[in-house]
Amino acid sequence: MAEGLELRQVRIARGGRDLLALDRRIAPGEVVTLMGPSGAGKSTLLAYLTGTLPPGFTATGSVRLDGTDITRLPPESRRIGILFQDDLLFPHLSVGGNLAFGLPPGGSRADRRARIAAALAEVGLDGFADRDPSTLSGGQKARVALVRMLLSGPRALLLDEAFSGLDAARRARIRDLVFDHARRRGLPVLMVTHDAGDAAAAGGDVIVLAGDAPDP
Amino acid sequence: MAGPRVHRSRLAACLALALAVLAAPPVAAADPDPADWPGVENAARGQTVYWHAWGGSAPTNDFIAWVAGQVRARNGVDLIQVKLADTADAVGRVLAEKQAGQDSEGGVDLIWINGPNFAAMKSAGLLFGPFAGALPNWQFADADCKPLESDFTVPTEGYESPWAMAQVVFMYDTADIAAPLADMAAIRDWALTHPGRFTYPQPPDFLGTTFLKQVLVDITSDPDVLQHPAEEADYAAVTAPLWAYLDALTPALWRGGRAYPATGPAQIPLIADDEIDLAISFSPGEASTAIADHRLPPSVRTFVLKGGTLGNASFVAIPYNSAAKAGAMVVANFLLSPEAQLRAQDPAVLGYGTVLDLARLDAADRDAFAALDLGVATLSPAELGMVRPEPHPSWMSRIAEDWQHRYGAGR
Amino acid sequence: MDDPNPRPRLAFAPRLTLLVMLGPVAAGLWGTLLPAFGHLPAAGAWGPSLGPLRMLFAWPGLGAAVRLSLTTGLLATLLSLAIVTLLAAGWAGTRPFRLLERALAPFLSVPHAAVAFGLAFLIAPSGWLARLASPWLTGWSKPPDLLILNDPAGLALTAGLVAKEVPFLLLMTLVALGQSDGTRGLRVAQALGHGRVSGWLKAVFPRVYPQIRLPVYVVLAYSMTVVDAALILGPTTPPPLAVQVLTWMDDPDLTRRLTAAAGAVLQTLLVAGALLLWRGAEMAVAALGRRWIEAGGRGRAEPVLRALGLAAAGLCAAAVTAGLAGLAVWSVAGFWGFPDALPQGITAETWMRLGPGLGRAAATTALVALAATGIALLLAVLCLEAEDRTARRMGPRGLWLLYLPLIVPQVAFLPGVQMLLLDLGAHAGPVPVVAVHLVFVLPYVFLSLGGPWRALDPRIGRVAAALGAGRWRVLWAVRLPMLLRPVLTAAAVGLAVSVGQYLPTLLAGGGRVVTLTTEAVALASGGDRRAIGAYGLAQTAAALLPFAVATLLPALLWRNRRTLNG
Repeated sequence: MAEGLELRQVRIARGGRDLLALDRRIAPGEVVTLMGPSGAGKSTLLAYLTGTLPPGFTATGSVRLDGTDITRLPPESRRIGILFQDDLLFPHLSVGGNLAFGLPPGGSRADRRARIAAALAEVGLDGFADRDPSTLSGGQKARVALVRMLLSGPRALLLDEAFSGLDAARRARIRDLVFDHARRRGLPVLMVTHDAGDAAAAGGDVIVLAGDAPDP
Repeated sequence: MAGPRVHRSRLAACLALALAVLAAPPVAAADPDPADWPGVENAARGQTVYWHAWGGSAPTNDFIAWVAGQVRARNGVDLIQVKLADTADAVGRVLAEKQAGQDSEGGVDLIWINGPNFAAMKSAGLLFGPFAGALPNWQFADADCKPLESDFTVPTEGYESPWAMAQVVFMYDTADIAAPLADMAAIRDWALTHPGRFTYPQPPDFLGTTFLKQVLVDITSDPDVLQHPAEEADYAAVTAPLWAYLDALTPALWRGGRAYPATGPAQIPLIADDEIDLAISFSPGEASTAIADHRLPPSVRTFVLKGGTLGNASFVAIPYNSAAKAGAMVVANFLLSPEAQLRAQDPAVLGYGTVLDLARLDAADRDAFAALDLGVATLSPAELGMVRPEPHPSWMSRIAEDWQHRYGAGR
Repeated sequence: MDDPNPRPRLAFAPRLTLLVMLGPVAAGLWGTLLPAFGHLPAAGAWGPSLGPLRMLFAWPGLGAAVRLSLTTGLLATLLSLAIVTLLAAGWAGTRPFRLLERALAPFLSVPHAAVAFGLAFLIAPSGWLARLASPWLTGWSKPPDLLILNDPAGLALTAGLVAKEVPFLLLMTLVALGQSDGTRGLRVAQALGHGRVSGWLKAVFPRVYPQIRLPVYVVLAYSMTVVDAALILGPTTPPPLAVQVLTWMDDPDLTRRLTAAAGAVLQTLLVAGALLLWRGAEMAVAALGRRWIEAGGRGRAEPVLRALGLAAAGLCAAAVTAGLAGLAVWSVAGFWGFPDALPQGITAETWMRLGPGLGRAAATTALVALAATGIALLLAVLCLEAEDRTARRMGPRGLWLLYLPLIVPQVAFLPGVQMLLLDLGAHAGPVPVVAVHLVFVLPYVFLSLGGPWRALDPRIGRVAAALGAGRWRVLWAVRLPMLLRPVLTAAAVGLAVSVGQYLPTLLAGGGRVVTLTTEAVALASGGDRRAIGAYGLAQTAAALLPFAVATLLPALLWRNRRTLNG
């Protein structure tokens, strides 16, 4: 069984024009960086992988995750986690509520709470479960977003400019945290970024898209 | 009385049309027999009666609510008032149901009605009956001295049952007018010397048209011609004095005749605000009632004309497709009861004239009527004097239409 | 090629919504058009014939009624737009403007009839203003015989419409300003040396107006065809065309319905003509405006214009507030003659007497409003969710369709709807009333919810899905809670719209569905100011309460969530 995230002959087109083509397997724990100018289709590829390709785009090929074809699965069943530049925490839920949202159902109330508390402690946010997300600093929010995503039990990780919103000092810390967790859990990671520093920190392959397509 | 507003409209055309279009209604097998009153009462129990009645007066609505309580307790009939801005709405509804082929289970069970609306419905076969003469309380009705069997010259023939008497009186503020005015000419002369202090509801409002008719019957030399259709008379010649009267009066009216109160009751705040000093009413007790609930100043009194004023009865009728005819008859009968009539005449409640002949009541009921304090501004039955019969409806329709051309929309 | 993201697209939702909203309008128009050309088998008339049109043109008041419809409609729209424009130009972004914004919801929710009653008592020659100034200032011991209310030129009616339409246009302008980055446009213009007002007019107004164009058309069409406010404030010799159409419709003489239908068609053409005229004027003003901008003038009389805008808007607010206060005083008044500024006594008699009836009418009002608003919210949410799922936004044509029921005159299609209901054998009652209310409630709910819904970051949905949440869970557990405040506001708008409906309730309810509004307008014909005061207040309260809930509930629920409680 081929583990990791596998993009087989994926071609994405817009209005009949090819935007990008990719054929690549990302092994567990490997980080592949995707770079290229705006409009090259980097974010569109991530949307394709999460099952939310916008209309107007068409795609061929298939996606396999740990050997299973997920091309036709709805977004919520794919088990692909994604982090954006913004934390996108749900403002109506507490920090703990955000984490519980992604935690797969099952287990007693106390058990779930304990898992959430432990996960928060792991990223240095001990006792933050009842906090309002809007009272957190940027770095704290980014860490909550990471924990939320990890608790949902993803089998692969997508990063869409995930560190662009942070200042230089925090950026490096959060980046290391994310890569560290991904490696420990053996998650294949596909990272989209503009920043050469991100690519260097990832240490894996860098794919540069041509980007001759017009800006959407 | 504020009353159901009788409609303008070319009545003859309306009747002819209605006759042509609407065949006689099929008699529903389940219709109750008015002659079998115990049977009617049995059938009525548990029925819901929708009474479509003009809803522009809170005291009237309260009275109807009281009636609802009584018939529920006595007869197990649920009475619900459907408040209309205009009685024609209910007529139109029954017509529309007939057009749609809904010949039973109709939405209207009882209508407060008189005049052209009654004539239209009766001739179009939209009414159930005859039933009025079979109501047990009809025995008390004063059909000899009051126009209870003819409605605007149209014979009722038992298709509607009376429940209140109305008669024209004039309300005046004694702070501004020293003594009653004798006739319509005196009213005009007073208005000319007091410009802007008198008005009347805008025709085709029921009371506004009544004012025009009151002028006509009072100043015409030959009132009898008004008892026959206008087509049979020299309309222009008969109405010429009316238009001369209005031509003289209009510039001296409130707002110079460029605006009018919409209805009879809308005159009451005008008197209270001291915008006008004199107004027509169709209810001898209306002024006393309004004084009692602070809507008129206590200085208001009423008068009638030396030559008598117009009067008519208010009726209730039952549509041919009513879903609750028995219940509707029970309500009509209760309205004729001494108890209901006494309450309606009480100025603290309604102040409507009774349709009963007090001589036919037993002593206790008679004493109760005699003991009634009619109120500071209400004339006694003797003072109200002679009731002049309503002209044939064709006069009203044509006069209202001509008024539109001369003083209303065509001004 | 395969659909890469299989999911239910809810494609039925927009279609169902259009059907619910436009079906009655189209059917009603058809039901009006036939009798207008002499086809009403129920009245024994088999068309086509030009008879009804001839009868219409034979009515002596037609010229004046048509003129009234045009002048009151155009003048009310022009004044409302001018006041809102001056106010926004002179004050947008300032403290007084923000205060007005806060006070907007209550003014929006006051029903037309209540505004008209209040204004009528305020400005009549024996009204509150005259009483306050008499006799010490005016010397009047009796009210002067002045034609202020029901004036043949329709000025009182125009004033009433302006007081009610300014809040509506202001709200629409605020929404447009939020979407067109007005503040920065104004800063740039000011940096280039323009005054506040002229800078706003030149740099911001051209961006805002296209977004409030349809609301302006709604105001124009509504002002030309209003019935309840016209019954209270409008002239009667003759009345505006829409009122006369209703009078004909009520006539027991069936042939008058043909005339009414012809009048309704004429009214529709008048509205269409006025809209075209307005569109032409828009283009002319745009051309003149471009020349003005190119001329580079820096604008004059800035302080005067600013003061004028604030004063006019303040006057509208004051008139509505004082009018409502007048209704409140009347509802507890003992005898109150001229020129007393206050009643001689205060009594609870009116409320005691009307209490039970008020309670029943309020319950019916609530039932109808909640049902219509509930259905409207459901459809609006499904449509917006369908937009998200197909990522297809409503285009300009969709927006026009949404506004159509608000632009087509009510008297043109509601009578046709009544006949349709009868033909279908549907009994008049609460169900048809809810259905007809829905026609008017849906557009407002949709417009009110659409903006905030579309402004929500679409990535929120993607993140939630990536966390394992299905479509419906994303809707229930993420979108709707985050949008609680806009959802409740949209509901409040819908409820207020439903509470204020007069003609639809009357015609679809067959008189059996008694709401606070039908009862208030019915009482108006009796002139009992105490009862009118009580019902007007109850009507206003019924419309206001949902706005209070929409403000307080999120504050309560999200008291610990700063982002949603700002």
